Amino acid sequence: MMKLSKYVLYDILKNKIIIAYTLFLFIVSLSMFQMEDNSSKAMLSLLNIVLIVLPLVSLIFTTIHYYNSYEFIELMSSQPMSRTKIILSEYAGVSISLLSAFWVGVGLPVLLFAADDTGFALLFSGTCLSLVFTSIAFFASVLARDKARGIGLCLLLWFYFALIYDGIVLLILFTFSDYPLEKLTLLLTALNPIDLGRIFIMLKMDISALMGYTGALYKDFFGSSTGVLFTTGIMLIWITLPLWLAERRFKKKDL
Amino acid sequence: MRFLFFAFTIALITDTYARVIPVGTGKTFSSVKKAVEQAKDFDTIKVYNGTYKEGTIAITKQITVIGQDNPVLDGENKYEILVVSGKNITIKGLYFRSSGYSSMNDFASLKVVDCLNVTIENNSIFNAYFAIHISNSTGVTIRNNKITGSPKSEQLTGNGIHLWKSGNALIENNTVYGHRDGIYFEFVTSSLIRNNWCEKNIRYGLHFMFSNDDSYHNNTFRDNGAGVAVMYSKRVVMEKNHFEKNWGPSAYGVLLKDITDSRMIGNKFTKNTTGIHMEGSSRMDIEKNTFSANGWAIKVQASCDDNYFHHNNFTGNSFDVGTNGTMVLNKFENNYWDKYDGYDIDKDGTGDVPYHPVSMYSVITEQNPNALILLRSFTVQLLDKAEKAIPSLTPENLIDTKPKMKPNKL
Repeated sequence: MMKLSKYVLYDILKNKIIIAYTLFLFIVSLSMFQMEDNSSKAMLSLLNIVLIVLPLVSLIFTTIHYYNSYEFIELMSSQPMSRTKIILSEYAGVSISLLSAFWVGVGLPVLLFAADDTGFALLFSGTCLSLVFTSIAFFASVLARDKARGIGLCLLLWFYFALIYDGIVLLILFTFSDYPLEKLTLLLTALNPIDLGRIFIMLKMDISALMGYTGALYKDFFGSSTGVLFTTGIMLIWITLPLWLAERRFKKKDL
Repeated sequence: MRFLFFAFTIALITDTYARVIPVGTGKTFSSVKKAVEQAKDFDTIKVYNGTYKEGTIAITKQITVIGQDNPVLDGENKYEILVVSGKNITIKGLYFRSSGYSSMNDFASLKVVDCLNVTIENNSIFNAYFAIHISNSTGVTIRNNKITGSPKSEQLTGNGIHLWKSGNALIENNTVYGHRDGIYFEFVTSSLIRNNWCEKNIRYGLHFMFSNDDSYHNNTFRDNGAGVAVMYSKRVVMEKNHFEKNWGPSAYGVLLKDITDSRMIGNKFTKNTTGIHMEGSSRMDIEKNTFSANGWAIKVQASCDDNYFHHNNFTGNSFDVGTNGTMVLNKFENNYWDKYDGYDIDKDGTGDVPYHPVSMYSVITEQNPNALILLRSFTVQLLDKAEKAIPSLTPENLIDTKPKMKPNKL
């Protein structure tokens, strides 16, 4: 399995997309810290990158990679090797390359310019989101029959998690504003990894605002050690569940 | 001969009128109470190191009480310790401990009633209900005192420095921890409050009502239950104070309620849930303040008018300005907003397009506090951008017409 992951990793590094992605992240992060006089504003821009660009790139890159290495996967399947191992090593290879791109591209500048609570929260969220969306992309690619459909499905998922979902939450909050919604909003945030990551960063960045109103409740919950465990746990579920579904599907799939 | 007689008379007078009465074990008196009874006007009572449990000591003569090496006056959780009434009295260097609690009376460690020119200096007050309680007095000086309470609930704790119906007071260099209100003023006029430090009080760091013509300089109010509340006062000047970390659903750096003709200059608001909350306030001049990392820098209710906000710096706040209506009777000018993304073609340091400090999302959270959880999400940012292009929810006239491109130098 290790060997297979290594081959996947080499293959990814060879086509240079991931290096371009690393460079892009690195230059953007660096220039943000250089341009703004206070690092908090740069962190705000980085927050957008982590919450929007990172999931999108993870989804698209993984899907394209999956279809491009379809023949390789077919070849591997003809070898005496379990399909679980094949897909898991594919996942390991892709996620390691995406994670290292994120750590070098965003992690280094953050550690250099803003190595504080907010910075670490940002890195934690980014790491989780990379893994989560790689996993979701694997599920989507295994599900869809061809490349176009796979990418389409991924884009749709990205739209849903990044945009539509929050719109729906906002709608719910306004429609039922006469009811106590604190618990429900907690539940709703757990159903979207991007929201979860965002709140994790916000607890460090906008702590003063969050202490107002019902915000104190979110702070009490997410800020406590149970909250951190909760966030990590839900993120882990978001990583493992789609991967497990993908693996189950892949095992039975007629390649 | 004449000279000798004169010198003798002088010596006699000083001997009679300005005696120093020592109190302590092995001294002339062993009880402060006795010494006060024996003392005449202009005497000095020097209290030496030791613990004195003498119930309530009343001082009505023009005397000075000085503590040597921190003598402890213990109230045994039952009594008021020192009650002062009269004129020209000085209390210095004493350590007050455990004064009594009463739900009927405002028991205080040091109570000053109907006084003229009283100085309270270098004392420590520990575990009091009210620490220093001044009423109906003029010319009181409270300086370098350390006051530490043990907060239980708002009902069981009194104020650190409490003034009622007084004038010309000077309060400086005191620290107040863990009381109900750090400094409390009611009907106190023409007073100066400077260099004080109020922290971790369970209600307000500073609380004043009906107190006109007072000045507050260089004080720090940090991490108090609800920040600072100032109400129903006129002509107040607040300068170079620090308001920090006042966190909570109804905690404010400063709550201004019905304050008129006042000025706030050069204050620093850092990490408060709300920096300034204004209600029914008019003709305020708010300039050269720094707002950083607050939830809301300023909340201006629609009941405020003729306030002028200029040359302030706003950096890293979640929301710059919040309001609850569309009516705008206040003026914003020459402020620096870090969220401003306009341009400056003529290079005069002032942005060419006005800045709207009220974001749409601050209006939304005002209506639906739960929506705060979606702050900074992509959807919300898109909505904010759309609102900026075509304002519909936010008050159209609440704008800074001359936003600065670079932070104001303060």
